[in-house]
Amino acid sequence: MRDKKEKSNIGLTVILIFGLITIAFPLYMAVVIAFKQPSEMTNNIRGILSLPARWSLDNFKEAMRVTDFWNSLVNSLFITLATIALSIVVHSLIGYVLGRSKAKSKFYNVLYLYLVSGMFVPFAILMMPLVKQTARMGLSNMFGVILLYTVFYLPMNTMLYSGYLKNLPLALEEAACVDGASTWRTFWTIIFPNMRPMHATVAILTALGTWNDVMTPLVIMSGDKNTLPLAQLNFQSQFGTNYNLAFASYLLALLPIVAFYIICQKQIIAGVANGAVK
Amino acid sequence: MKGNGKTENKKGKTGAGYGKGKWREIIENGKSRTFLLITIPIVALFFLFNTLPLIQGVVYSFTNFRGYGSYDWVGLRNYIDLFRDARVGNSYLFTFKLAVVTTIIVNVLSLLLAMALNSRIKFKNTLRGLYFLPNVLGGLVVGYIFNYFFTYILPELAKLLGFEGNSMLANSKTAWLAIAVVCAWQSIAMNTIIYISGLQTVPEDVYEAGSLDGATGWFKFRHLTFPLIFPFFTINLVLCMKNFLMVFDQIMSLTKGGPAQSTESISYLIYNNGMSGGQFGFQSANAVLFFVVIVVISVTQMTFLGKKEEQL
Repeated sequence: MRDKKEKSNIGLTVILIFGLITIAFPLYMAVVIAFKQPSEMTNNIRGILSLPARWSLDNFKEAMRVTDFWNSLVNSLFITLATIALSIVVHSLIGYVLGRSKAKSKFYNVLYLYLVSGMFVPFAILMMPLVKQTARMGLSNMFGVILLYTVFYLPMNTMLYSGYLKNLPLALEEAACVDGASTWRTFWTIIFPNMRPMHATVAILTALGTWNDVMTPLVIMSGDKNTLPLAQLNFQSQFGTNYNLAFASYLLALLPIVAFYIICQKQIIAGVANGAVK
Repeated sequence: MKGNGKTENKKGKTGAGYGKGKWREIIENGKSRTFLLITIPIVALFFLFNTLPLIQGVVYSFTNFRGYGSYDWVGLRNYIDLFRDARVGNSYLFTFKLAVVTTIIVNVLSLLLAMALNSRIKFKNTLRGLYFLPNVLGGLVVGYIFNYFFTYILPELAKLLGFEGNSMLANSKTAWLAIAVVCAWQSIAMNTIIYISGLQTVPEDVYEAGSLDGATGWFKFRHLTFPLIFPFFTINLVLCMKNFLMVFDQIMSLTKGGPAQSTESISYLIYNNGMSGGQFGFQSANAVLFFVVIVVISVTQMTFLGKKEEQL
């Protein structure tokens, strides 16, 4: 690719760096407002966008108290991690079964199409009946949300896993079968570990989707339990016109996913591209 | 080789067993039994939490259920009313306007950005990483941040430049544009990554052959690059349309459907009036219509673009 001209395009680089302002500006605004006191917020732009007089964490402490930050964080983490774990186990199993059988058996092919077509069903049509149904089943809580996510992500993940199977030759599992291992055992010892690249993609797509989702917990979870995004919605009235407090809370809500992104940036970009293109 | 022979064998067996009855064949085989034992509970779960509520939604759409209390069958009344209801009509108009305009903006900008980020530039990986950041942020919180920007910062900037300093969100003519900007701000990141992976599949010698023939600029893009990345254009178009048609978080945090109900997306209207507005049955009919619309649009897009793909 880079054999002839190694010269890089400086002009374009500069344009791209300037373009970053569109990404950075809203975030810069959020940071400076979050650190300021209401008295510093004069009515002109300079008052709003100048750096705070002193970098105090008071707003963040207050925001944590008002929005019950730690509980929301734990709830969000629990929902996301449980959904990822369940998705990887359940979806790789069904993806394996359907991927291996759909070419040979009409029965499994129809099941595959049935599950994958679930991708077209918008949450808006399931929402109202699901609220009633989960309430009747005693699932108007985090467990219900986890279960629903596992079902909602099933179509896409089944497609991803069964597509990935093409990379794993049949000979691999047949050798194990000859050695007397059961199908179940073969899956866990041979197939599951070999699906690792797809596990990463599924984990990342599921994590981004569930962590930021508002609608499902909003309608399903009853009582005073919040996820991190839901807390921002539910505490809007408490923030009132104290934007400094509100922005401190928003930043706290963004912080975990940004930290995750900084740590696993490469895998996230690769995973998202991988998932969409397949 | 060995593996290949075995596959053939199995295919032969299934083919022969099909006549005797596929159920016996499925049960007889040990592997098949395990497969069935895995499949049944998972498909049952999917049915219970996806297909069953879908059916219930369709059933409710023929009733005048308010979400509580007793209800009667009303036949197709809800569906007829849907087409007469100005609020529903406006929400479809608004949602489509938003989805189409934002899809165009996002695809033009992200294709340009992808080509820039895929060319010989410095700090390539860092720049890609930073441009992707908006995609991981939650739509609701991003909406709240932009809400402040549109309410307090932009009007002040406009005044400095000598325009009228009103908030875009407070005007029913401009509020949808503000929402489009926020949706685009987040989606460009995702679409750019998809276009970049598309551009990376274009082999360098295609360009070399092209430049020998004197292909440059727009001509090169139109006749060499674009046809080769067309499948990625298809993905992006379908993904964008679907996501923007279902827009919810941004409405929640930017306008709550206002001003004067001018920015009520379909999802927001179903949520708002169906869950707390006493229109459970009516909004179920709306949701069924919405479902049909999404399926029709996705299928049309895919077959139309699939045909185009073959031509290119």
